[in-house]
Amino acid sequence: MIQAIAFYFFATIVVASAVMVVMAKNPVHSVLWLILAFFNAAGLMVLLGAEFIAMLLVIVYVGAVAVLFLFVVMMLDIDFAAMRAGLSRNAPLGLLIAAVLLAELLLAVGAYNAGGLTLGTPDGVTAQPEGTSNIAALGELLYGRYIVLFEIAGIILLVAMIGAIVLTFQPPKPGARARQDVGKQIRRRPEDATVMKSPEVGQGVEL
Amino acid sequence: MDFVPSFALTLPELVLTGTGLVLLLLAAWGGDKAARKIAIAAATALFVAGVLLVPGLHFGTDGPATLAFGGLLKVDSFALFAKALIYLAAIAALMVAPAFFAGPTAGTERGMRAEYPVLVLFAAVGMSIMVSANDFMSLYLGLELNSLSAYVLAAILRRDTRSGEAGLKYFVLGALASGILLYGMSLLYGFTGGTAFDAVRAGLSGTMGTGALLGVIFVLSGLAFKISAVPFHMWTPDVYEGAPTPVTAFFATAPKVAAVALTARVVFEVFGGQVQAWQQIVMFMALASIIFGALGAIGQENLKRLLAYSSINNIGFILLGLAVANVDGASAMLVYLFIYVAMSIGSFVALLMLRGEDGELFETFADIRGLSVTRPAIAWALLIFMFSLAGIPPLLGFYSKFVVFQATIEAGLVAFGAIAIAASVIGAFYYIKFVKVMFFDEPAGVVTGKSETGHWVLLGLTALIISPLGYLLTPSLTDLADKAARSLFIVLV
Repeated sequence: MIQAIAFYFFATIVVASAVMVVMAKNPVHSVLWLILAFFNAAGLMVLLGAEFIAMLLVIVYVGAVAVLFLFVVMMLDIDFAAMRAGLSRNAPLGLLIAAVLLAELLLAVGAYNAGGLTLGTPDGVTAQPEGTSNIAALGELLYGRYIVLFEIAGIILLVAMIGAIVLTFQPPKPGARARQDVGKQIRRRPEDATVMKSPEVGQGVEL
Repeated sequence: MDFVPSFALTLPELVLTGTGLVLLLLAAWGGDKAARKIAIAAATALFVAGVLLVPGLHFGTDGPATLAFGGLLKVDSFALFAKALIYLAAIAALMVAPAFFAGPTAGTERGMRAEYPVLVLFAAVGMSIMVSANDFMSLYLGLELNSLSAYVLAAILRRDTRSGEAGLKYFVLGALASGILLYGMSLLYGFTGGTAFDAVRAGLSGTMGTGALLGVIFVLSGLAFKISAVPFHMWTPDVYEGAPTPVTAFFATAPKVAAVALTARVVFEVFGGQVQAWQQIVMFMALASIIFGALGAIGQENLKRLLAYSSINNIGFILLGLAVANVDGASAMLVYLFIYVAMSIGSFVALLMLRGEDGELFETFADIRGLSVTRPAIAWALLIFMFSLAGIPPLLGFYSKFVVFQATIEAGLVAFGAIAIAASVIGAFYYIKFVKVMFFDEPAGVVTGKSETGHWVLLGLTALIISPLGYLLTPSLTDLADKAARSLFIVLV
């Protein structure tokens, strides 16, 4: 009972805040609605017994992705009014794509329920041992059976880092740019850099 | 879990990874001045890793003892054969690099980047993992490790717009192909319930559903992109032309070997129970590659672009061996692969020797007119490679085509063999155009520069392998290829 109530609670808020993401006039508000949607999706994951994915949603999506969105929205000068002006023009196409996706979903679920699709039975190597939380079970797999893949993924990230540096790093040319001289900066006194003027009303200042 | 046997099996990869990490530190510390020494160290590491393969290659290894890390990797004779080819090709790519990057063709930023050898090492590790993958997850990680290194290598001349364009094109299209591959893998996982090759094979037995069939098609499409088989070949000429020539030589050899070996392992070990599902796909790709590779090359003026079409054409013959779907076909494919690597390295090294007075490189037909007068040795070597690529006896390129056709016809696929032979006659046109331009045209007289000893050594070695003397190699080569092909057909479950 309590689970059903919690499900409908989280699900309603996810759908409602997803609608608000699209409808909100202010893009910053859209991102905030998106964060609310992520939190409630994490709640749904907890209900499914997938605590690890719930944590990932909160840490990765709320903590990193949404905050990144917020930065982008606030720092870039995007004319959202102009973007929204295209909405009515593109609406038929968008609705068509949405209808196709909905039809695909219905067909897939219908075919599955009618027995037209048989999914594979898991081979059991990644089954969760009795009496462990799924975070512990995932850790066992990631740092036990699949440790070598984990290490390879680490090397891939290292290569990505080498690549980014190789392709973008410019070694400073000797003498091309003035070096920062901290001592000289500290020795500089206010009277070297500022002048006091008291101009007449309506007069300019000559420097 | 006891990792010691697994470490023993993957010792070459460990050597390469360890060396790569140490050399990375040296590169950061010593800067680009140390690049040449780092390249020598990297080539030595690749050589050592290659020597470590020899006992397994010689005696042949298969069976459960080849499984490492709980079945994630499978280091059998087939993997060892492919690894040996990959390491040799990587050494060649390191040998020719310093002279190229020191020349004026490298643009304003002269000199080899110290990271170049490190990236080649990591690419070699990725390819080793690809060829010994026994699980879709290790397959994908190996592929990505290799691809990411390759994207950076293609764009390593960052002041050169062509190099940047090649890197960007390769990256975007490679990411698309990886997406297609991953989608196929997820479908297979969903419809079979496992990611290990034997689990997927078991799940695919019996009548195959539409979902699983879609998975097979997507996986094959993703892999076809990596081996640049038609209809997924569009990127090849642009990337090969734009990338620095030593990198192109690397692309045309090592990653091709790895991706072909990977494709062979996937179709035999994963889809082995469903031959009718993949055979027609592979057969179509084989014939289309042979035909398009031959036709596309005809109008090309740029030699690197022409060799790109030539590699598409050759991939077609390699896939023809694969499409036969038996031990003979797989063995013929491996023999072809070895000879193809030798021919490709040879022809790219010859291109790297077309230097002018100031060391600049030439890469069009107009520049090599009358090469037999100005640089007869290079012209004769190119003649050997081109006749061999065209499949003219008594050169070894004839033997490789012969074994593939033999396997095709013995399997009863006579019509396909006939189409392939007809297309290879078309292909002979542009190979022989090389000879006509070099030997019968008025000398252009621009190719006059000297080349390094390392280039001459590689050129001589590959020419010797391709020459009729190479037939002395064929008994042991066939023996190794047979062992490797047989290990591919052993089902452990």
